[in-house]
Amino acid sequence: MADFRLPKNSRIRKGNHFRDSTEQDLKTVHIYRWDPDTGQNPRLDRFDVDMKACGPMVLDVLIHIKNTIDSTLTFRRSCREGICGSCSMNIDGTNSLACITSAVDIKGDIRVYPLPHMSVVKDLVVDLSNFYEQYASVKPWLQSDSPTPDRERLQSEDERSRLDGLYECILCACCSTSCPSYWWNGDRYLGPAALLQAYRWIADSRDDFTGERLDELDDAFKLYHCHTIMNCTRTCPKGLNPAKSIALIKRAIQERK
Amino acid sequence: MSSRPLSPHLQVYRPQITSVLSILHRGTGIVIAMGAVLVALWIGSVALGPDWYGVVSALVNSLPGKFLVFIWTACTAYHLCNGIRHLAWDAGFGFELPQVYLTGKLVVLATAVITAGVWLT
Repeated sequence: MADFRLPKNSRIRKGNHFRDSTEQDLKTVHIYRWDPDTGQNPRLDRFDVDMKACGPMVLDVLIHIKNTIDSTLTFRRSCREGICGSCSMNIDGTNSLACITSAVDIKGDIRVYPLPHMSVVKDLVVDLSNFYEQYASVKPWLQSDSPTPDRERLQSEDERSRLDGLYECILCACCSTSCPSYWWNGDRYLGPAALLQAYRWIADSRDDFTGERLDELDDAFKLYHCHTIMNCTRTCPKGLNPAKSIALIKRAIQERK
Repeated sequence: MSSRPLSPHLQVYRPQITSVLSILHRGTGIVIAMGAVLVALWIGSVALGPDWYGVVSALVNSLPGKFLVFIWTACTAYHLCNGIRHLAWDAGFGFELPQVYLTGKLVVLATAVITAGVWLT
């Protein structure tokens, strides 16, 4: 049964207040903080940031805070251009990548939390072990029982085009952690990201194990705990459509019966 | 090291048209299932003769009774319309976001029209 409340150790306290020394262009940013070394509950820190002193994206704001206000602020980031998927977090109420989310376009205060319903390692960093295990469980590699050719395995243009909208996933976990069904049953439901990748290999003309892949997914929890809520598609920072892929897996299972 | 907290979810996630319509579908499903029992009693009371029917009919026609039946028809209309939307999804259609938003709004509009049609005619 789903628990809609946060456990006692996870309830958020009021945090500290930091301020840049300027009078203009101040933007208030509330950031979720949790330090594993203190043994205290998470807190929500408030930073009043001089927007003239930093770049326009939420990631720029976070880096500015870390560089000039509080160096203990912890978050993942790498490419700063929406291709690595490291800086996924809950910004202004929905999941996105901090590096491609405009801070100046957010009206009012900015609220930044870690990806929802995940185990927090520190501040905005969550434990993605289960997420990666689920990805590995769909065997995201080519499986073929045909003889290995001397050159590439060829595809027609049409066959290749069926992978468009599937292969671009960067595994940022925004979709899976936006899904209420994944919140309540993340231990058994694979979630939109892993299922999109499962479908990426089901749709691949070079893969010979479509039947086995569908057998593996035909499960009340792994696949069918998708209730077509569609938060995944709405939140995907890459504009992909996991919900549609999941529906196509369900349809493929029905069509072969 | 203390045990890791669970990051906030429902507490911080902004309600989305997608998730709100989805939870409404489940909510209305529960309401119409419970309401169906009462509707069955209402119809069943006809078989018990005029005395019983008179009592039940008076209850249904009282203001709280009418309110409950109104809620039940609105829930039935929503669940029916959104159910058709789900049928299309299960067949693999209507997954592009503009379609999702449009059909969602159409379902809400159709619910209002059907409910009004039932009560105003």
